[in-house]
This record gives sequence, C-alpha cells and structure tokens, in this order.
Amino acid sequence: MSEHVENVNPATAWGGGVSPFKVTYGKMMMWFFLVSDALTFGAFLVALGFAKASANSWPVAEEVFFHFPMTHANLPLIYVALMTFILIVSSVTMVLAVEAGHRMDQKEVQKWLGWTVIGGAIFLISQGWEWATFIAGPDGIISTWADNATLTNNPYNIANPDDLRYTNFFFFVTGFHGFHVFTGVVINLLVFLQVRKGVYQARGHYEMVEKVGLYWHFVDLVWVFVFTFFYLV
Amino acid sequence: MENRDDLIVNDSYAPLVNHSEEEGKAIRKKVWFVTILLSVITTVEVAMGIILSNKDASYWPFVKWSFIILTIVKAFYIVMEFMHLGHENKTLRKLIIIPYGFFIIYMIFLIVMEGFKVGAGYN
Repeated sequence: MSEHVENVNPATAWGGGVSPFKVTYGKMMMWFFLVSDALTFGAFLVALGFAKASANSWPVAEEVFFHFPMTHANLPLIYVALMTFILIVSSVTMVLAVEAGHRMDQKEVQKWLGWTVIGGAIFLISQGWEWATFIAGPDGIISTWADNATLTNNPYNIANPDDLRYTNFFFFVTGFHGFHVFTGVVINLLVFLQVRKGVYQARGHYEMVEKVGLYWHFVDLVWVFVFTFFYLV
Repeated sequence: MENRDDLIVNDSYAPLVNHSEEEGKAIRKKVWFVTILLSVITTVEVAMGIILSNKDASYWPFVKWSFIILTIVKAFYIVMEFMHLGHENKTLRKLIIIPYGFFIIYMIFLIVMEGFKVGAGYN
C-alpha cells in the first residue's frame, strides 16, 4: 500500500462510482453520522459544564447514587460503575463479532453478536432501575410524587432547591444516551437475525456487522464521557 | 494514471478487510489488552471518587483533571482500537478527528468560561 500516489487523473477522480479514503460509502456515512451525533452529545455535555460552572451549589454524585439493588449498604457509584462495565463488555463482544466476521465465521459472529444484544439489554434494564431509584428521591418512595425528582422538582440540591438543572440534565443526558442504547439494541438484534439467516455469508463480507459495531462502540464511548462528566467530575 | 489505491469501486472494498486465522489471533490479543485497560481505568476512577473527598479543595482540582485525562485515554483506545479508526486511511482519520476536535475544544473553552463568569455574577 503506497501512502501517497501522485498520478491521479483529475478528470476521472471525482467522476463517481468509487469510494474515497479506502472505505465503502456505507462506512464513511456511518462515520459522518457519528461525528454529527457526537456534536449533539458534546453540546449536551458542554451545556452541563456551563450549568456546573455557574451553579452556586451542585449535588455530589456520591451522595445521590449510592444505592445498589437488594441491599441497603452505602455503595457510592458502584452501580454506575457496574453499568459502565456492562457496556464496555458488550463493546468487547461487538469487536469480537466484527473480528469473526472478517474470518467469515458465521457461527462465531452469531455467538458474539448475541452476547452484545444481551449486554445492551442488561444495560437498559439497569438504567430503568437507576431512573426509578433517582426519581424516588432521598426518601426512596416512588409513589409519593410531590417529593420525587422530576423535571420540575429537585430534591437533591438542598442548598438551592429552585435550581432544577441537576435533575433536568440527569434525565436529558442519560435519557438521550439510553435512547441510543435502545436503538442500538434493536439494530443489533436485526443484524443478528440477518447473520442467522446467512445473508452476509452469501454476500461474502460482514460489513454490516462492522457498521452497526461502529454505532455500538460510539454508544459506549458516549457513556464513558457521561460517566466522567455527570457522575465523577 | 489508474494506480491510485484509495479509490475503490463501490463496495468491492468490503471483502478486502477479511483476514486469516493468525491475524485474527493478534487482533483478539489486542482486544483483550484494551478490555483490561478500560476496566482497570474505570476501577481506578471509581476508587478515586470514593476514597478522595471532593470537599477537600487542596487536591480536588488535581483529582478532577485526573478523571478527565483518564477519560481521554479511554476514549482514545475505544476510537482507535474498537472503532478501528487507528487502522483506517490516514486522511479519513484526520477528516474525522480534526474538525470535531477543533469545534469541541472551542465550544468547551467558550461556554465553560462563560459559565464561571455567569456564576460569579450570581453569587
């Protein structure tokens, strides 16, 4: 592979019918979509940065997210870390599915993609629990709506309860990310069914797995940033 | 005139990324390395968050910046290895990273600075 080739005929180079940058059209468009989506998430997180920088009090994540299912122990951020770990692992199984696709190993692609779907589903269920716990507020009872954490009520910011930005950013940032996870799981499931039917085996390449893989890794990537900027910093 | 190798007719490129069993083994080894790295960094981050008090102003800025640097390290490995961008065409890599990096750094600088000023005005 030569790094730089001088002899290009300018009359035909832009004539269509070919893909630049040694990638197929589909993969390049997936990258362009991810860049635009990354700008949307970037805008969300930068807005969160503005809110944190300008607020005179902001709840401490360790004092909000310390619950864990089936125990009353004080475990700050352990559940969120577990969710992060689940998403990283499902990203790993996705890389393994892509790698198996490059070896045209249908059975193995099926196995790893199946685990990826399961990992994504577990993450979504975890996030459902996380939301329910967050909404229930400090008293831990979700049926008493008046003191719950909602878009119009912030029970976590004791010093300044009129500042609703903490709950709003929680719902919008993790909600927008969660919606991405949901669509990712649906798309992964559809591609999994295609793999099972042998569609890509017949096509001679598993590029579709690679493309949905890019989207799935992006979802993981965004969570890494949400974890840092919403929960840690 | 025709020997330019980065222009490929439609998706005839797609099967060319296929690799052998041995190459697959090397790739999987790298994948497990990245997995362990990401897990270790996440564990370190959580441990720092629990052990180090964020009420202690003397070292909290240092902890904050450590979180941000560790996150960028994680992001680098996810994008370059998992998303395979580190092994794509050099121009494509620049095309994706430079405009995004420029806009996001500019936006962070502008808006977070503004946030501190607005906050100072309120308080």
